[in-house]
Amino acid sequence: MTKIKSLADLKKMKSDLQSQISIRQKSENPEGRTLIRIGMGTSGIASGAKQVMEFLMDELEKRNVDAIVTQVGDMGYSYADPTVEVTVPGKDPLVFGDVTIKKADDIIEKYIKNGELLDGIIPVNYETIDKK
Amino acid sequence: MKELSLHVLDVIQNSVSANAANIHLIIHENSSAETLTIIIEDDGKGMAPEVLGKVTDPFFTSRTTRKVGLGIPLFKQNAEISGGSFKITSQLGKGTRVKAVFGLSHFDRPPLGDIAGVVMLMVSSNLHINFFYQHKIDQKMYEFNTPEIKEVLEDLPLNDPAVIRHLKEMINENLKDLR
Repeated sequence: MTKIKSLADLKKMKSDLQSQISIRQKSENPEGRTLIRIGMGTSGIASGAKQVMEFLMDELEKRNVDAIVTQVGDMGYSYADPTVEVTVPGKDPLVFGDVTIKKADDIIEKYIKNGELLDGIIPVNYETIDKK
Repeated sequence: MKELSLHVLDVIQNSVSANAANIHLIIHENSSAETLTIIIEDDGKGMAPEVLGKVTDPFFTSRTTRKVGLGIPLFKQNAEISGGSFKITSQLGKGTRVKAVFGLSHFDRPPLGDIAGVVMLMVSSNLHINFFYQHKIDQKMYEFNTPEIKEVLEDLPLNDPAVIRHLKEMINENLKDLR
């Protein structure tokens, strides 16, 4: 693949990129996407959240898992950073603590693909009393 | 932090929380002055003078989840141990500017690290914010800004993995040329 260096190169690559993206978009319905949010406060960054996030982005694409990976600020669980919140469509969000590359791999293979639960889930309740 | 780019990520996170619409990142490596300067400037909500006086205090944070905030103090510490300086200025309602100067070849200066990765991570996670990144090494300069990129890519999403990969590569290729 030729390397992109300038905006002109990027323009040339555009149609290529467009076709890759449209293939991806055809196979999906927006509600069917898994949402992954990574806690990136100071403690998250210091404990390796950036590496975990890059791993998740790369691997989800390679393994054809339809997901959006994004980052958020401090989630408040610094003792367990890096923390990753995964929302599989139709399920409640789950927050995983102490996520290493190995664990991120388990999250993709075991939790997202097979629905198996893993160790290190932080008990979080998203429901409020008045909602009940 | 082991790398300066991680401090940049951390400080930009503050700008995002301050609801900035435009964020400028300027990195300048100046070998004649022996300095590496990092400037992060935003047009977010800014801070009042009494808050500004406390941000370098580790036991101050605007967050409500916890009582310590180490991002700015750690950045400052790293600048100072490498023979540099640290300055943060802010105006309520106007924005904030963080300037950290490091000794370029000082033994205690952490490496810059994966700055292209950090830029793309912030760009892809905050599509509504305009990022302006300028990297200068002595007289040579490279500029990357999202309004320009968005104009070229039009409707292609900047948070698509393939787009991120290409843009990261583009930044890295250009940075290589500056050396």
